[in-house]
Amino acid sequence: MSIRIKITSCVGCKRCAEVCPGNLIKIVNNRAVIRREKDCWGCTSCLKECKTGAIEFFLGADIGGKGSVLSVEDKGDLRTWTVKRLDGSSETITVNTKESNKY
Amino acid sequence: MEKLIQVEKINTDILIIGGGTAGCYAAYTFGQNGKHKVLIAEKANIKRSGCLAAGVNAINAYITEGRVPQDYVDYCKKDAKGIVREDLLLSISENLNEVTHKLEENGLVILKDENGKYVTRGNRNIKINGENIKPILARMAEAQENVTVINHVNITDLMVKDNKVFGAVGFDVNSQKAYVIIAKAVLIATGGAAGLYRPNNPGFSRHKMWYPPFNTGAGYAMGINAGAEMTTLEMRFIALRCKDTIAPTGTIAQGVRAKQMNGKGEIYETKYGVATCERVYGTTEENRLGNGPCYLKTDEISKEQEDELYKAYLNMAPSQTLKWLEGGQGPAEQNVEIEGTEPYIVGGHTASGFWVDNKRATTVKGLYAAGDVAGGAPQKYVTGALVEGKLAALGIEEFLAEGQEAYSDDSWETIVSQYEKFLNNEEENITIEQLEESMQKIMDEYAGGITKAYQFNETGLNLAKEKITGLFEVLETLRAHDTDGLLQIYEIKERLTVCLSLIEHLKARKETRWHSFAENKNYPDEDKNFEIYVNSIKEDNQIKIIKRPLVVDDYKPLIFAFEGNKLVDAGGEV
Ligand SMILES: Cc1cc2nc3c(=O)[nH]c(=O)nc-3n(C[C@H](O)[C@H](O)[C@H](O)COP(=O)(O)OP(=O)(O)OC[C@H]3O[C@@H](n4cnc5c(N)ncnc54)[C@H](O)[C@@H]3O)c2cc1C
Ligand code: SF4
Ligand code: SF4
Repeated sequence: MSIRIKITSCVGCKRCAEVCPGNLIKIVNNRAVIRREKDCWGCTSCLKECKTGAIEFFLGADIGGKGSVLSVEDKGDLRTWTVKRLDGSSETITVNTKESNKY
Repeated sequence: MEKLIQVEKINTDILIIGGGTAGCYAAYTFGQNGKHKVLIAEKANIKRSGCLAAGVNAINAYITEGRVPQDYVDYCKKDAKGIVREDLLLSISENLNEVTHKLEENGLVILKDENGKYVTRGNRNIKINGENIKPILARMAEAQENVTVINHVNITDLMVKDNKVFGAVGFDVNSQKAYVIIAKAVLIATGGAAGLYRPNNPGFSRHKMWYPPFNTGAGYAMGINAGAEMTTLEMRFIALRCKDTIAPTGTIAQGVRAKQMNGKGEIYETKYGVATCERVYGTTEENRLGNGPCYLKTDEISKEQEDELYKAYLNMAPSQTLKWLEGGQGPAEQNVEIEGTEPYIVGGHTASGFWVDNKRATTVKGLYAAGDVAGGAPQKYVTGALVEGKLAALGIEEFLAEGQEAYSDDSWETIVSQYEKFLNNEEENITIEQLEESMQKIMDEYAGGITKAYQFNETGLNLAKEKITGLFEVLETLRAHDTDGLLQIYEIKERLTVCLSLIEHLKARKETRWHSFAENKNYPDEDKNFEIYVNSIKEDNQIKIIKRPLVVDDYKPLIFAFEGNKLVDAGGEV
C-alpha cells in the first residue's frame, strides 16, 4: 500500500506534505517525494489535497496489488475516483460528498 | 559537525497534546467560554490527523429513538464482561447526541428519512458521510479565537514536579527546533497505540493496518513515565477486518447483514458468542481448527448493494474498493475474506488507558486525558471521544478556576539534550527499522500476537519482558539523520514503554475473561476474583500493579482527591 507521485504533474505546492498524518511527504527541489513508501497508511489524504492529480495510490503486491492505481478528482460536491488497470482498462465511481452512505 | 537544537519557549494556560478527535473538540469547548489561552500541539496537521484521516463509516455511538443512555452503559458493560467504569460510560452516553448534533450543525452529513429523522443502523448507530469529519472538526477548533494550533510538533515528555504537571516538551518534525511549552493544565489526547505487535502485512504493506500507525502510544508512554496510573491495558483490542486491506467489516456485516462463514461454508456467526472479543475469537478458532479461511458471506447481495459498498468504502477505506475493482470481482460475486488484526491498545474500543476520574482528571494533578488514550470506558468511538474532549475541557476550566500558578524550571534541558544525542550518535549496525521489527517479533511470539493465535503464558511473558527491556539499550545507540529520524526513534521508544506496562498487565490478570483480547493459557477460565480493575504505575523504574474494586451500580462518580499535589484517593484498593 503506498502512493506514487508523478513528478511531471507536481507543482511543488506542499499541500500533500502539509496534511499527511505520518509526515511522510517532503519537498525536494520543489517536487513532492515520499520519504518511506512502506510507511504509508493509505488514508488518501494527500490525493484529496492535490489539485493537479499528481498523486496515485496503489496496493502492494503483498496485499493483492497487481499494478492498478487509484486517483481522485473533485468537481464541486462530486468526487470522482478512477481505477486504472495495467491493461489500460479503467473504472470510475462518483461519490456525492453531500450524500450519506447507505450502509 | 555537532547538530544542535534551537529552543522556543511558549506560555499558555492550557496545552492540548494531540489535535485529533478529542483534542479538537476540547479546543472547541474551550472556545465557547473563551477565557483561557489554549494551544494545540499536533505531530501531524489537525486537518487530517489521527483515526479520522481517511474518514469514518458511521456514528457508532448514538442514543437512538426509544433508547436511553443507561442502555448504552449496559451494552458496553456486557460486551466487556463487566470490567468497565459505569460512571464514565454514563457521562459519555448522556452527551453522545449533543456532540453529534454539533457536528451536523458544522457540516457533517447525516442520513435522514422522509420525516427528517436519522436513519439508524442497528440499535446504536446512525448513517453518515464521514469522509470529511476531520476537516470539519479542525475548522471547529481553529475558529475559536483563544485557540492556537502548532502543527508538526511531536510532543515527547511531560514536565512534572511533585506530581503536578507544568508543561511538555516536543520537537518540530521538519526542522531542528524544540518547543518547551509551559501550561497550567495539560490535556492528553494522543489516541491509542498501534505497531506494538507484528502486523498483518509485515512486508511492503506493513502500515496497512486498521489503527493509525502514527498513533504510537505517546500519551500512554508520557503518562507512564510521569508516574500516572494506567488501567486495564491487558484488555487489548483486536479487530475483525477485511483480509489484506484491514478495512472495517461493520459496513458489510451491519449494512448488508452478511454473516461470518468458514471455509467449509458453515455459518459460525454465533457459535462462539457475540461479544466483540468472541467474534474475533470465533474466527481465530475456526482458522486454528483448520476450517479457514473465514469470510463474510456477501455473494447474495445485489449489484446495487455492491455499488453502495464501493462508495461507502471510498468514504473511509478506499483501499478496499481498489482491491475489489482491481481484482475484477466485487463482493456480490466473491465473499469477503476476514481476519483478526494484530493487538492494539486503544481506549476507545476497550477499557485500556489512563485511570481517570469522572472529570477526566488523571492521577497527576493538572493532567487530563480524553479519547482513545483514556481508560475505563470502551466502545466510545468518535462521539465518545468528542464527549470526553468536552468533559475534560469543562474539568480543566473548573481546575483553573481554583487559581493555578504557572511554574517552570530547567528540567527541559535534559529532554532537549536527549534529542541532540540521537542526532549526533554515530551510525551503528542496528537501524530504527530493525529495532521496530525486533520489538514486534518479540511481542508477537511471546505476548500473544497473530502467529500465536493471540495466546500467551507466563513463561513467554517473562521472556518478552526481558527481551523488550534489552531493546532499550539498543535504542540509545540509534542515530537520527534529521528530526524525521528523531520522530521514528521516539515512536519506537513510546511503543517499547507501552509494551513493558502491557506485559505486566497481561501477567497480572490471572484469568481469561476476554477470549483473544487476553487469552492467558495458564489461566484459561474466567475467575470471579478478577472482577476488579488491574491498574499500574511506574515507580523506581518498575511497573507496580494496583488492584481496584469496580465502580458499579450506584454510579457515584469517582472523583480523585489531592492534598496539595499529592494524590490521596483514586478509588479503593483490593
Ligand atoms: C480506521 C478507523 C475507522 C474508524 N471508524 C469509526 C466509525 O466508523 N465510527 C466510529 O464511531 N468510530 C470509528 N473509529 C473510532 C474513532 O475514530 C476513534 O475512537 C476516535 O477517533 C479516537 O479519537 P482520539 O482523539 O482519541 O484519537 P485521534 O483522533 O487519533 O487523535 C490523536 C491525535 O494525537 C496526535 N498525536 C499522537 N501522538 C502525538 C504526539 N506525541 N504529539 C502530538 N500529537 C500527537 C495524532 O496525530 C492525532 O491527531 C475508527 C477508528 C479507526 C482507526
Ligand atoms: S499537492 Fe500535488 S502538486 Fe502539490 S506538492 Fe503535493 S503532489 Fe505536488
Ligand atoms: S496516503 Fe495518507 S499516509 Fe500515505 S502518503 Fe498519502 S497522506 Fe500520507
